[in-house]
Amino acid sequence: MEKRIRVLVAKPGLDGHDRGAKVVARALRDAGFEVIYTGLRQTPEQITEAALQEDVNVIAMSLLSGAHNTLFPKVVKMIRDKGMNDVLIIGGGVIPDADIPGLKEAGVSAVFTPGTPTGSIIEFIKTNVK
Amino acid sequence: MDIVAELLAGSRLALSRAITAVENEYEDATAIMQKLYPHTGRAYVIGITGPPGAGKSTLTDKLAKACRRQGKTVGIVAVDPTSPFSGGAILGDRIRMNELTLDEGVFIRSMGTRGSLGGLSRKTADAVKIMDAAGKDVIFIETVGVGQSEVDIVKAADTTVVVLVPGQGDDIQAIKAGILEIGDVFAINKADRDGAERLKAELEMMLDLDQVKAEWRPPIKQTIASQGVGIDELIATLEEHIRYVTGSGELAKRRKQRTRNEFIALLEENIHRRILGKITASGQLDQFVAEIETRNSDPYSVVSRLISEFLR
Repeated sequence: MEKRIRVLVAKPGLDGHDRGAKVVARALRDAGFEVIYTGLRQTPEQITEAALQEDVNVIAMSLLSGAHNTLFPKVVKMIRDKGMNDVLIIGGGVIPDADIPGLKEAGVSAVFTPGTPTGSIIEFIKTNVK
Repeated sequence: MDIVAELLAGSRLALSRAITAVENEYEDATAIMQKLYPHTGRAYVIGITGPPGAGKSTLTDKLAKACRRQGKTVGIVAVDPTSPFSGGAILGDRIRMNELTLDEGVFIRSMGTRGSLGGLSRKTADAVKIMDAAGKDVIFIETVGVGQSEVDIVKAADTTVVVLVPGQGDDIQAIKAGILEIGDVFAINKADRDGAERLKAELEMMLDLDQVKAEWRPPIKQTIASQGVGIDELIATLEEHIRYVTGSGELAKRRKQRTRNEFIALLEENIHRRILGKITASGQLDQFVAEIETRNSDPYSVVSRLISEFLR
């Protein structure tokens, strides 16, 4: 048995800045996770389909362009509609505190804003992954 | 859910979960493979190998699109290296294949090498079988880009494409053993770079030196995958090779050899796992290591004793 936690790291929407996503991807790799990196400008449909084909345990989305209130919940809904009920979905990026409760209500398990140590993301995944 | 029934009925999630079961060695993995095996053997398997940065993913993306235009369904297994230190991996080949993600006729799965020697594990071969059973017509295996010693792929593929780029190494590289011997077709990618013609000449020379006068002389094609240049020619060459191996009986021979290799590998793996599992659980493993380490015994005697005990 060599279960590895598989994480899809994706940048939904139109922003072109993925340094943060790469830093997180690298940190997750060093924590022993398998990171499937899909790169920039992914649609919710692409993220959902990639998550399904890769059978990931976690979807980590990073968004800096302000469209999180639309795109994050859309991915959550599409993932659940595909029957992937055990996938942990988390988000990060430039996200106002005021938006976080709404995102959590929509099924985003955690939101990590700038300044979060990568260690706390890793810890959160390890504790909450199914 | 009944993974096998759902997979055979076309469920992509079931296909995905079946690969996970094999990859993680879940308890039901053997049962899944047993039930899927009768449905395998239909797909044509193409291996794409070559050094890191040669453009294997981009080339695979373009070849897959060409297959789709012909109406064929495609499976892709993309292997990337696992860190020997953390056990983690960045599997990044999908980036070059993003346009294929939403095509229902394509299924892409990334795999880490997870410590297997040679980079291409039995699990990769099982993932190929699972996609085969799911009805994919053509399956590409894109290997981890390690290079010279990475020749395991010939054991899993019907046709092997070796992707090279100009400007790596001198002409002695071309006559070393290893990766250059396994190519059925060569693709010199990024052929707009300096040195493409020289590389082609060196490869031709290597092929001229081949003592075994085979009927199939590996063709060398130049491509610029990022711009789609040379893809149609490469596809035509692949089709030519498929016709050759099919018509000459070479394909049947290769597949028979593969069945044999896979059977032996599975046998070895199971014996290994059974014995190791038992002596690990009983604590004997540590005891043996200690005995050997202090020179009170030696590994040869301990292994002989163990084997005769197990095969009694």
